[in-house]
Amino acid sequence: LKIVVCIKQVPDSEAKVVALNGQVSWGESPLVINPFDEYAVEAGLQQKESQGGEVIAICIGAETARDALKHALAMGSDKAILVCDPALEQIDSQGAARVLAAAAQKIGAVDLLIFGRQTIDTGTGLTTAQTARALGWPMLALAGSINIAGGKATVERVIEEGKQTVSANLPAVLSVVQSIGEPRYPSFMGIRKASKAEIPVWSLADLGLSAPKAVVMRSELMNPPSRDVACEKISAETPEEIAGILVERILAEKVL
Amino acid sequence: MKTWVYIDHFKGEAVPASWEAIGVGKTLGSVTALVFGSGVEALAAAAFEFGADEVCLAEDAALADFRAEPYASTLSALATAGSPDLILLPNTFRAREMAAMSAIDLNSGVLIDVTSLEVQDGRVTATRPIYEGKLQEKTVCASNPQFITLRGRAFPRPAREAGRSGPITRAGAQTAALTSVEGYSAGESGVSINDAGVIIAGGRGVSNNPSLGLDEKATAEKGFALIGELASLLGGAIGASRAAVDAGFIPYSHQVGQTGKVVSPDLYIAAGISGSIQHIVGIRTAKLVIAINKDTEAPIFSVARYGVVGDLFTFLPLLTAAFKQKLGK
Repeated sequence: LKIVVCIKQVPDSEAKVVALNGQVSWGESPLVINPFDEYAVEAGLQQKESQGGEVIAICIGAETARDALKHALAMGSDKAILVCDPALEQIDSQGAARVLAAAAQKIGAVDLLIFGRQTIDTGTGLTTAQTARALGWPMLALAGSINIAGGKATVERVIEEGKQTVSANLPAVLSVVQSIGEPRYPSFMGIRKASKAEIPVWSLADLGLSAPKAVVMRSELMNPPSRDVACEKISAETPEEIAGILVERILAEKVL
Repeated sequence: MKTWVYIDHFKGEAVPASWEAIGVGKTLGSVTALVFGSGVEALAAAAFEFGADEVCLAEDAALADFRAEPYASTLSALATAGSPDLILLPNTFRAREMAAMSAIDLNSGVLIDVTSLEVQDGRVTATRPIYEGKLQEKTVCASNPQFITLRGRAFPRPAREAGRSGPITRAGAQTAALTSVEGYSAGESGVSINDAGVIIAGGRGVSNNPSLGLDEKATAEKGFALIGELASLLGGAIGASRAAVDAGFIPYSHQVGQTGKVVSPDLYIAAGISGSIQHIVGIRTAKLVIAINKDTEAPIFSVARYGVVGDLFTFLPLLTAAFKQKLGK
């Protein structure tokens, strides 16, 4: 199987992210592989182990995004590709989908294109469906488990209402959820291999694309209104009294 | 402004945020509701009762199970013929997948998980949380139709007017599909945290309580049972922090916070949740937050209006009893 995993680099989930002079700032916090994309890498590696083949990690981003790709390599991916072009800085989900579709075509003979559920930065969760549509490939989204047999992928789709079994012929575009299994830690050997790996950089020209024109644009960036709450810790002689007072307070707020 | 509202449903059961979307559409003018599926005429009737002026109904056996491809193709064909300015959808996985694909077909854009919007000269400026609520942005879509998915409970639900009706237009379905749905097993019943007005949530403190003399799993079962009793008394949903979900004590669909769901209940009671930044961003839009924690220094108290320092295993049953008494149940 030829498996391509699409990843993104994002500020660490612990980061205090603020709007500073109209820009997103995450201070000294590190940039990391999007946590949901680690599950996508894990899913790719599981399929490679059971079916044979190779896993290629691909990322649209700046030069710094090499570190996210190195993480995917250290987990066990065979190759990594960075798509980097100044014209991609203000890209929207549709633009990203068209770039990733072109990259999948350039890689050639891809069987599976795997995404994480969403990113934790601007998190539109649209790119999986849009890449599938741009390629004209089937989409198997929110997969909690994947079974490949006879040129067909069958997944357990995990949705709010339960679980569905959904199948499609390869090549297919998948997104995975956490029940796929905890992402493995990079091994010592993997980290050494990743540190030496050559990561090719593809520009839009390499993909035969002109600069995508964004359809969705940000007009303003804001810090959320601060929640100015002063916490009143309720105390009384007995826990029963505390419970009674708390219920009165809640009922007085008229939220029920 | 020509506004369409997509009614999302699972096997004929509407997602309530669809009705909220009709309410938003009505503030902009008349609303055409889109109902796709098989045997879903009852949803068309409900859409009128929630305020739709017209319903466009596409029914076909091939649309019986939701699949993004034929649903998106049906939407794209209708939009190409009807040229709406705006297509509003509830922010569910299904509606997002469908809008995403249709936006590729129509070379337009999707504004996602919108919590408020303003309209000027036919263009919508939509506000949405990003970085899981740590920031907000205003976004615009440069072309039509402007696809907009609305966060559940961010907009008021219109009152249902029984017997209200209107004209139904039947539309053709696009049935070509690349995927097939081969089976389904229902999840747990109960209120979803997406739609809940009240959420009672448990965290590490639910499983970690050595004084009970039980192992972690038995402790968590007991703890979530206490949470469940209060949730069911108040007609609410059960939530959980990542710690409880990762440990396998409760399914992922209950997870609140950065890697789970961002929720907007009127009342959120956090029991035994310390309040990591990832959890706190998930409850930023909750109206009233109550924290119950043994640790008086727990960060959850910094976002709570009322706090109780104590053991949830002793306090929750007392709280449930006090609610029963005051509510006369």
